[in-house]
Amino acid sequence: MHEKLIFEHSRPGRSAEAQYPLDEATPAIPAALRRTSMPLLPEVSELQAVRHFTRLSQLNFSIDTHFYPLGSCTMKYNPRACNQYAMLPGFLGRHPLAPESTGQGVLQCLYELQEMLKEVTGMRGVSLTPMAGAQGEFAGVAMIRAYHRARNDLARTEIIVPDAAHGTNPATATMCGCTVKEIASLPNGDIDLDELRRAVGPQTAGIMLTNPSTLGVFERRIGEVAGIVHEAGGLLYYDGANLNAILGKVRPGDMGFDVIHMNLHKTFSTPHGGGGPGSGAVGVSERLLPFMPLPVVGLDGGHYRWLGAKDLPQSIGRLSAYMGNTGVLLRAYVYMRMLGREGMHRVSEFATLNSNYLMARLSAAGFELAYPGRRAGHEFIITLRREARDYGTTAMDFAKRLLDYGFHAPTTYFPLLVPECLLIEPTETESKQELDAFVDAMIAIREEAQSDPAKLKGAPYTLPVRRLDDVRAAKQLDLAWKAA
Amino acid sequence: MPFIPHTADDVRDMLEAIGAPTTEALFDEIPAELRAKSLGGIPAALSEMEVGRMMLERAASDGLPLNFIGAGAYEHHVPAAVWAIVTRGEFYSAYTPYQAEASQGTLQLLYEYQSMMSSLTGMAASNASLYDGATAVAEACLMAVRAHRKSKSQRVLVPAALNPAYRDVLHSIAGNQNLAFELLPYDPKGGQTTVASLEKYRGADITALVIQQPNFFGTLEDVDALTDWAHQAGMLVIAVVNPVSLAVLKPPGEWGQNGADIVCGEGQPLGVPLSSGGPYFGFMTTRMEHIRQMPGRIVGRTVDLDGKTGFTLTLQAREQHIRRSKATSNICTNQGLLVTAATIYMSLVGPKGLAQVAATSMERASQLVQALIRVPGVRLAFDGPRFHEAVLLLDRPVRGVLEALAARGIVGGCDISADYPSLGNALLVCATETRTPRDIETYAHALAEVMQSAAAA
Amino acid sequence: MSNVPADLRFLKSHEWARLEADGTITVGISDHAQQALGDLVFVEAPEAGRQVAAGEACAVVESVKAASDVYSPVGGEVVAGNAALGGQPELINQDPYGAGWIMRIRPADRAQFAALLDAKAYEAALAAETH
Repeated sequence: MHEKLIFEHSRPGRSAEAQYPLDEATPAIPAALRRTSMPLLPEVSELQAVRHFTRLSQLNFSIDTHFYPLGSCTMKYNPRACNQYAMLPGFLGRHPLAPESTGQGVLQCLYELQEMLKEVTGMRGVSLTPMAGAQGEFAGVAMIRAYHRARNDLARTEIIVPDAAHGTNPATATMCGCTVKEIASLPNGDIDLDELRRAVGPQTAGIMLTNPSTLGVFERRIGEVAGIVHEAGGLLYYDGANLNAILGKVRPGDMGFDVIHMNLHKTFSTPHGGGGPGSGAVGVSERLLPFMPLPVVGLDGGHYRWLGAKDLPQSIGRLSAYMGNTGVLLRAYVYMRMLGREGMHRVSEFATLNSNYLMARLSAAGFELAYPGRRAGHEFIITLRREARDYGTTAMDFAKRLLDYGFHAPTTYFPLLVPECLLIEPTETESKQELDAFVDAMIAIREEAQSDPAKLKGAPYTLPVRRLDDVRAAKQLDLAWKAA
Repeated sequence: MPFIPHTADDVRDMLEAIGAPTTEALFDEIPAELRAKSLGGIPAALSEMEVGRMMLERAASDGLPLNFIGAGAYEHHVPAAVWAIVTRGEFYSAYTPYQAEASQGTLQLLYEYQSMMSSLTGMAASNASLYDGATAVAEACLMAVRAHRKSKSQRVLVPAALNPAYRDVLHSIAGNQNLAFELLPYDPKGGQTTVASLEKYRGADITALVIQQPNFFGTLEDVDALTDWAHQAGMLVIAVVNPVSLAVLKPPGEWGQNGADIVCGEGQPLGVPLSSGGPYFGFMTTRMEHIRQMPGRIVGRTVDLDGKTGFTLTLQAREQHIRRSKATSNICTNQGLLVTAATIYMSLVGPKGLAQVAATSMERASQLVQALIRVPGVRLAFDGPRFHEAVLLLDRPVRGVLEALAARGIVGGCDISADYPSLGNALLVCATETRTPRDIETYAHALAEVMQSAAAA
Repeated sequence: MSNVPADLRFLKSHEWARLEADGTITVGISDHAQQALGDLVFVEAPEAGRQVAAGEACAVVESVKAASDVYSPVGGEVVAGNAALGGQPELINQDPYGAGWIMRIRPADRAQFAALLDAKAYEAALAAETH
């Protein structure tokens, strides 16, 4: 069932002639600058290209085709209306630098999105420009640094990060020229407050947290955490990856956070696209308003316009050539309008119901919970360390065998703290039937682990490829096809 | 309840299995004082029909004026097949291909994309995308600092003729890591960055030189001379290029004696509509010796347990989810769907088609310039060779002219006077293969009218 | 279970060090470390002539699931990096204390070597860690 590479379908001289100008233009390019070699692009007919890429798509798992309980990714249904209305010709054909008078429609959508995101997060300002969660994190930490610098507090260059944090957190801190201080989580999943008190000081720029944490539990003493950090002069950054757990129930602004980023491609259902595009809109408290990344949409006497460097002279600057991933923002806007006020808290309600139900059923079936006795947020963790000890099977083996059962595996080996873990996030758009089927599959796989562990170790069997040799992929780098 | 499948029976059965009386009880770990009051600021829900109507009205009010702006985002014909396939659920709603066996579609497509971009740019290897052209340049500068063994200065030379928005982003992103950027002036006659402007850095410790081809003015740089000078001076060369232009222009891998070291740019011209500013995608390619310093995801070809060909993410140890604070970048989600569009686009047009798109765009731009400079009060700023954009100098402020043109349904170009005050009233115009001779005639006619109504804005 | 040769010294960060007859110190990573990393795919060893400080990260070992810094146990000058690791990083997995050596350093101060953990102390540290 191997698909050839598109290059292997090529024949010299073939192309999709409906798609480019046919009259040969000969431009005046100085000889020294002219391209003399033909680039390696496919030479195929339109049907060959369509068939090739359609067939490739059929090799993928996706939300549209499979239950996809990837913890921390929020793989909920991507409503098609969002795509259709974001791609209306008036929005799709518009150049970002066209005069604002020709863009009041799209600017109104973006302005209203800003306002709704402010309301749902309890923040005072929102910038839509960061193009992914990681860029939102960058903006957040950069704003924290800018805030301290503006007050001439130049010693504050350390960012505190829980050891359970997503890898982008410490990577971002480094990108902003900060150092990272890791603090431990307690066995029950909460932050060690004593260690936090010891960690803060005049060098503290801030702390990066998510709530619920990456361990899937709500940090109950967040008020105290905020107090400790603020008293020491630091600011609180909220990683919004887990916003689906609390949407409409708790607002990060009310928890004391100074800056948050949201993952619109998680909580607000814009498509994951096989690896993006996302959007990492940021929200800020009063004291960080002057530093928001540009541009931001403003409303001036009934007229929408872009606020720029003159309006926000202390801004941390532009993070993209234009104004961020506009098409993604429009999709999030349509989604939020379709949810409406009532729909916001329904998201967290049913995400949490699904997660707790799945956790209860798996626990009743004998799977070990990483944090028993805690409520699940929108996701929870099970550890397969007992199965590893008794049968020699790993979380990876379970994950690969789940693929054969028609489920995309949950997130594996994150957070790093829990051995042989699966981080499971069903989301609110899945039915009870789907969850029950998943539990049945997990039970069946565990039975296989007991009776025939080699079977798990060789999984998957029913996909386009078996398990891949990733050691070879890294040692014998083959990153681009070359003609024979 | 839109998108939520639960019936009352489902809810009752699930709560029973959990052992909780209500769904509210599931939130009992959250302190009461933190609970949100009602979200009064969010409007009531709309049905799909209602939201569809609203969006139709707003999109229609923005209209579809005739577009002559480039300035980093270019209107090209996007074949219907591209987005018909891109929006298939299997591509649209798939996740990052971490479970390789369940993602061979995405992974093989990315491998094909990497192959095309490597060849198009004349380099050995490509990543699977960055956010956009501007952030790609910032990442390239950071990469150059990591990759350059001998240089310690972290100084990077940047042409004033590099897109001003890219220069802003360079400061925002790389400024925090102690990089210093120094501006190279352009030649006022030809609009090019010259070797003469580099002379003052002879003997200094400079990490890299950035060269944009074509530059922001649309002018073609003497890339061979600049590349060779930089290499002789011990600098790495970062090329910032337009991928459509590479169908007809010498690729950075062939610049000068040794070729550029890192190549990046904005991929939007390849099958991605203007979309009011995004999403687009940044591309990056490089030499094999720098591959471990390159940020972003990389796909490799390998074999499975049966010896069958397969594709997987590789070199992940450099990335944030493993290397954490020592990662090459914090990038995680990138621009996968747009790369999918670009790969399908490149497959549809092929090398000959892409060359035709480039060549026709150059021709239309040339015709546009000829038509516009016939209008009194309009002249050409630079006499150097160009791709598909040009800078025109007007005898009056550009802003008023553009507003008058907009009222006539024409988006006439990008006002770059504020970014380049020494030019005066400067207008950057562009035409691609999508602008017909009749479109050009319409613009020239309208401009003549606008320029004639003297006082104006 | 991992192999901890009695005649070597160690760092808590899993480097081993051996004092050679000519006064140089050979450095690699322990059996425990190579097991934890899994199959190594790439090693970046330092160049001869480089000055390093005790505790300075001067090499990188990369597997599919991790990339780890290797720290110099002593201050001094790098005499050689193991060139064989360029084509065969798996030597570290196969023979971490022999053919899988990573670098050789001429120490500025021999006393630093004596201050490193001995085999028993390293074993104790390992036992405490795997809890």
